[in-house]
Amino acid sequence: MRKSFTLLAATALAAATAGAAQADLVVPNLSYRTGPFAAGGIPYADGFQDYFTLLNERDGGIGGEIVKTPECETAYNTEKGVECYEATKGQGALVYNPLSTGITYQLIPKMQADGITLYTPGYGRTSAANGRVFEWVFNYPANYWDGASVAIKYLLDQNGGSLEGKKIALLYHNSAYGKEPIRTLEDLSKKHGFTLSTLPIDSPGQEQKSQWLQVRREKPDYVLFWGWGVMNSVAIQEAANIRFPMENFIGIWWSGSENDVAPAGAGANGYKSLTMHGVGADYPVYADLKQYVVDAGKAAGDGSNVGTVIYSRGMYAAMVIAEAIRKAQELAGTSAVNAAQVRDGFEALEITEARMKELGLPDFGQPFKATCADHGGPGMARIQQWDASAKRWTLVTDWIAPDDAVLDPLVAADSAAYAKEAGLSERCN
Amino acid sequence: MLPDQLVFAMEVTLNGLMAGVMYALVALGFVLIFKASGIFNYAQGVLALFAALTLVGLQNGQIPFAHLINAAFGTDLHSFGWTLPAALAIALTALVMVGLAWAIERLILKHLVNQEPIILFMATIGLAYFLEGLGDVMWGADIKTLDVGLPQGISEGIEAVTAEWFGYGFFIDRLDIVATLVAAALVAALTLFSQYTKYGRALRAVADDHQAALSVGISLRFVWVLVWSIAGFVALIAGIMWGAKSGVQFSLSLIALKALPVLMLGGFTSIPGAIVGGLIIGMGEKLFEFFAGPLIGGATENWFAYVLALLFLVFRPQGLFGERIIERV
Repeated sequence: MRKSFTLLAATALAAATAGAAQADLVVPNLSYRTGPFAAGGIPYADGFQDYFTLLNERDGGIGGEIVKTPECETAYNTEKGVECYEATKGQGALVYNPLSTGITYQLIPKMQADGITLYTPGYGRTSAANGRVFEWVFNYPANYWDGASVAIKYLLDQNGGSLEGKKIALLYHNSAYGKEPIRTLEDLSKKHGFTLSTLPIDSPGQEQKSQWLQVRREKPDYVLFWGWGVMNSVAIQEAANIRFPMENFIGIWWSGSENDVAPAGAGANGYKSLTMHGVGADYPVYADLKQYVVDAGKAAGDGSNVGTVIYSRGMYAAMVIAEAIRKAQELAGTSAVNAAQVRDGFEALEITEARMKELGLPDFGQPFKATCADHGGPGMARIQQWDASAKRWTLVTDWIAPDDAVLDPLVAADSAAYAKEAGLSERCN
Repeated sequence: MLPDQLVFAMEVTLNGLMAGVMYALVALGFVLIFKASGIFNYAQGVLALFAALTLVGLQNGQIPFAHLINAAFGTDLHSFGWTLPAALAIALTALVMVGLAWAIERLILKHLVNQEPIILFMATIGLAYFLEGLGDVMWGADIKTLDVGLPQGISEGIEAVTAEWFGYGFFIDRLDIVATLVAAALVAALTLFSQYTKYGRALRAVADDHQAALSVGISLRFVWVLVWSIAGFVALIAGIMWGAKSGVQFSLSLIALKALPVLMLGGFTSIPGAIVGGLIIGMGEKLFEFFAGPLIGGATENWFAYVLALLFLVFRPQGLFGERIIERV
């Protein structure tokens, strides 16, 4: 009896040890493939998942550890997003990327308490760029305030360095996401002397007649646009309807995908948007994705989205997470890293152009180096423009840096307010 | 010359009326089904989405369930390789909607005869989720461009005339003008159908009294198929008009939200009520946004439509044109 028990215990121990040695890296994929925002959610989730599939199939995972991406449907609904987080965090989750500013705001305090990293590239709470306050949140390479500043710098460049007397309208999704750039733009309007008007549109944004009649009456020189989902395609159609000059209509990176411009057809020609990464599928990584993932029948979707704007953004987010995990493995000296070690990897991450080239993405994203205090990266973006006849986006500028002199005090003030509210003390001192 | 604010308000009013017609197009489908069967059809918005998805799919020769077929059999099927003329695609989609109405009656309604209205309402909630998923699996979730030849963009004639009259050229979308004409034709056709055809009279008889209609030999099941088919056709028209503005995507199902205040205001049982309700809601919300929006931060339209409908309800609980419910004890 004693012998059997010892044998049983030894078997269980061996199994547990083997389990630990082969522990998978768990990166939950909080996605939205249903509901009104599915058209953006699907390609993003596909790009995100396909990149990890590529690493698993081509490289045997990261540092020999297979990456698992358990998927949970949020439908871009904040309550469901929090439920997904609660349902998946116990699976050994290392990092979350929920692709929703609303969900992000709810998860920030929870993930701080649970000790799991929240990665929100190009969305979420902008002031989370301040690592002194937001220990568990990272939003590099760029955030909304960077986007607003880059758009204004681009317009400055287009107007000989002065926006004095110009009228700029911000058309925005009436939500936490859409309201993010207002504060920055207000400060920038004081600095550069332009008049800012703000026009909210309630979600989902299928009916925007009032806002576009106002644009037509007030004749702003430029319209900046923070939309998502159906709001994007309707806005571009309405702009074309009122004959607003499309080259003066500039969307944030979430308002600049093929889905947004296609319904307006030729009317969308010339529409511009910001982007924080390259366009098209002429990067070596896509050949690998085709060979190891799509052609092998292992793609998350049917492969038709590969190389589109939102797919590429999901893939880029996965690539940064993979690099952070790789860095964590290097720092921890083990491949089976835990959530705390992955956070350290995010904070020590440096992506150089040479590394991007090795990853098959030359000149795709901006190089950046995170630090304890800087979780936001350089915040640069480029402008892309839609060519309706060729049906593709073209990059029309090089990387444009944001105006840190305006942004830094805003980030400091907002994060200090959060620290006070949450009872946090500053780190990195 | 009139003051600028007045001229702008006139432009806003016209656009509000046009927007109201678009809301009424959705509300009509609700009214038809509620009037004939007492069911508040939660799935009406999804019917519009399903119809529009089917229309684009048929027109572009897309193979339905292609993702599923390819995943199951390792094939690479996507398209039949044809592009159908818009009229033919619309006619075929209307047939699909008739088939869907038959299936709904056969698989859902038939089993719920004599059930409480709330049970039927719950069944339509289930139907909405099912159809949304079915549309996704059949045609895919990507945004589709709907091109049935509808004009879009500013009406230059109206712009020129109003510029001459008021010194400011009004913006009226040509698509809204078409929608208005289509809505007028639809209401006229529905009125003629219900007044002067045998089936129309049967429909009215069922709407008045189910038991009495059954006692004179009218088939309740046939009338239900008929009315769901007509509502499906109305949903197709609404799907075309809204889909032309935004592309066909899953948020189309949310246009139902725009119809609810129209129904509250116009009454759930009146076709003219849906039209008049739509016009009042459209005009009211646009004028409120124009005058009060800048003072209170804008984005007032979604909630103001409901406030306006509730205000009307205080004075006429059955809606402007709804049937007055009299219960004697």
